[in-house]
Amino acid sequence: MFSYDELKGTADQRWKDLTQGDMPWIRVGTEMNGHAAGGFQVIDAIRSELGARNIAAYVDEVGTLGLSYAEPIVDVLKPGRRSRLLFRDVLVDDLPEIIDKYIVNDSVPGNKAFAYLGEEPIQGVPDLRTIPQYGMQQRVAMRNAGHIAPADIYQYIANDGYAALNKALFEIGADTVIEEMKASNLRGRGGAGFPTGLKWSFMVNSPGPIKYIACNCEEGDPGAFNDKAILESDPHTLLEGMLLAGFSTGASNGFVFIRHGHDGPIDRTERAIEQAYELGILGKNIMGSDFSFDIEVSLTGDSYVAGEETALMESIEGKRSMPRFKPPFPAAAGIWQKPTTINNVKTLAYAPQIILNGSEWFSGIGTEKSTGTAIACLTGHIAYPGIYEVPMGLTIGQVINTVGGGVPGGKSLKLLQTGGPLGGVLGPDSLDVKIDFDDMAAAGAIFGSGGLIVGNEDTSVVDLIRVLVTFCQYESCGKCFPCRLGMTQLLDIMERIARFEGKPEDLDVCERLGKTMQIGSLCAHGQLGFNPIKSALTHFISEFEEHLNERRDPTGRTSTKFFSPKATRPYSEDFREVQPLEVISSL
Amino acid sequence: MLCFVKNFAIPGARDLTVANEDLRDRIRQAIKRQERPTVTVLSSLLATQDEFGYIPREAIEEIAVYTGASTNDVWGVASFYKNFQFTEPNEHVIEICWGPSCHIMGAPEIIEEAAEVLGIEGEGDSVDGKGTLRYNTCLGACARAPVISIDHQLYGRMTAKKAVEKIKSL
Ligand SMILES: Cc1cc2nc3c(=O)[nH]c(=O)nc-3n(C[C@H](O)[C@H](O)[C@H](O)COP(=O)(O)O)c2cc1C
Repeated sequence: MFSYDELKGTADQRWKDLTQGDMPWIRVGTEMNGHAAGGFQVIDAIRSELGARNIAAYVDEVGTLGLSYAEPIVDVLKPGRRSRLLFRDVLVDDLPEIIDKYIVNDSVPGNKAFAYLGEEPIQGVPDLRTIPQYGMQQRVAMRNAGHIAPADIYQYIANDGYAALNKALFEIGADTVIEEMKASNLRGRGGAGFPTGLKWSFMVNSPGPIKYIACNCEEGDPGAFNDKAILESDPHTLLEGMLLAGFSTGASNGFVFIRHGHDGPIDRTERAIEQAYELGILGKNIMGSDFSFDIEVSLTGDSYVAGEETALMESIEGKRSMPRFKPPFPAAAGIWQKPTTINNVKTLAYAPQIILNGSEWFSGIGTEKSTGTAIACLTGHIAYPGIYEVPMGLTIGQVINTVGGGVPGGKSLKLLQTGGPLGGVLGPDSLDVKIDFDDMAAAGAIFGSGGLIVGNEDTSVVDLIRVLVTFCQYESCGKCFPCRLGMTQLLDIMERIARFEGKPEDLDVCERLGKTMQIGSLCAHGQLGFNPIKSALTHFISEFEEHLNERRDPTGRTSTKFFSPKATRPYSEDFREVQPLEVISSL
Repeated sequence: MLCFVKNFAIPGARDLTVANEDLRDRIRQAIKRQERPTVTVLSSLLATQDEFGYIPREAIEEIAVYTGASTNDVWGVASFYKNFQFTEPNEHVIEICWGPSCHIMGAPEIIEEAAEVLGIEGEGDSVDGKGTLRYNTCLGACARAPVISIDHQLYGRMTAKKAVEKIKSL
């Protein structure tokens, strides 16, 4: 068992060795976007190139600075330097030059050098903070992402990690944690924007001793990857957030709920949990207090609806992830009927900073009703796709054009898809809308998970909507029929329209189906399942009408050939052999 | 009114009693090896899928025995989640994302040409036993769209041509 001061002492010493020692420290971006850009091949090659030259160095896999477009980023801090030099788009073949020129000698190779980060300018490259993609960010939940190695708990502790937990346990106590969370006005980042402090307070008086905190990292929204990026970049921030939630609500256990197959986030979270147990930050009598808490990873299969909070609880219990009726609410009867609080990764990742710096500091960021930051994932036709943590209250236009660099290739922006597949689409007139919960809702959109997919002038709305509807239909869990059958009907109609075979009454039928789904579905998947079509009809009705009435596609880009994902049909030969039920009935 | 239901067959139940001890041993070990404290039907299915790349029918019964659930319950879960496969995949598994980010960046062409080079219509196994093609709703690297994954290695900023080259070189 270690006290916080002991841990901090060790961590500070190690951090000094890393940053002021006599070996270079090389960090490589290997979050999923870095992975897809070849980050792991680069880090392997760095190790072997250094080995071949007999150079001793610290080499760490890190998460993301948000600049996914520039991955793999290789970030070198040389001994005696106070600034890091970042290289972008690094290929394995670039490494000999980078190592020989910059690490062995001291000249900056022109080719891939990107920017410096630190107090001391490096000749020939700009300060990373003057590049809007980094400079416009205000990183709170992702403050350590890309800076520290997720696999090293001491790097987290050296950067104020677990200081909030220490403060909560030994200085301010559980009630004040809840008060601070309430005062911060933090609203849940899982989609609905429910006030987090209030949610936590619901569970305080629920009976123990077993109570659960579940962290929702299902993140099935295509176009959103910030939850996974936090787990891959800085999993300890999440663990500390869960510990604060657990401590303040009197919970005993935590689950980190992740989709199977996302190896990066899963492995790094499990490694972080292991280290936390080793140092007595998880388990019994945490840091010498009388608070005990356990956390484990719980994996789910591929199911979008598993992200819905009651379906999530079913999945943790090992069942089909189909939503439950509410009430009872999770705070009264959740996982295995025990009191449960469910929060999104981002929501929990804010908690340590709120407790450490105070609610006033946090509510000073963003707007009055939407405090803090928004973590936007920019993808699609955008110059600089990435994950940008910016203060709430910037306009969508500022985020797209200033941070994201606008639409590339001299094309204009046609549409935006926000908040995941259920969020629907917006037109270019939405660029003035402020990113916060209320303004986005007033514009008929949701910020939701933070995904912002940009489509340029060539994009076919009919085509994109058909894909979104395909997604919603494919992912309907099937529990309630308005969603199960409604989505199927909507998909039929969308496919028909895309093939120029639409019927005149199709759009009316859509409206009616949408209404039924909204009224009759149990969870938001069905309730919002009509949203993609509804929003498209608001902003782009003429494109649908051209498809319908003139049998013409104004964009020339609507695919008429669809591939449909196969529904799982296990052991289909068995189904054929199943004998018909022989029902004998008598009066 | 009285109802009797006769001959009610559970799909897959046909062979459940057939001895296939080697396979069953591997399944049991895979289920037992799970390290996370909470073991459920779903976690056991995922462990089986990790071990074999699919769910052999024997696993349904072994998991039922191990977790105390009925075979029907295990079936129910296995047939629900879309990542579970029920036939052995080929040597290499190629996943292609069809989510909206990847879609507008050109996923449809990649899917079409990948299927063509594998000699299949869509999702499925190539005849030569080399590749299995699967669609994925989101591989998680949307900023590098379009994204594919081959045996868990992600590749971003794909084009149909690059994807076909990668598949051919397997
Ligand atoms: C179909 C559906 C999918 C959802 N998927 C997610 C998800 O992937 N991640 C998430 O945090 N919340 C998701 N939610 C929202 C959750 O139900 C829940 O509101 C959220 O996890 C609460 O966290 P918060 O209070 O921190 O926002 C989903 C909701 C629905 C209806």
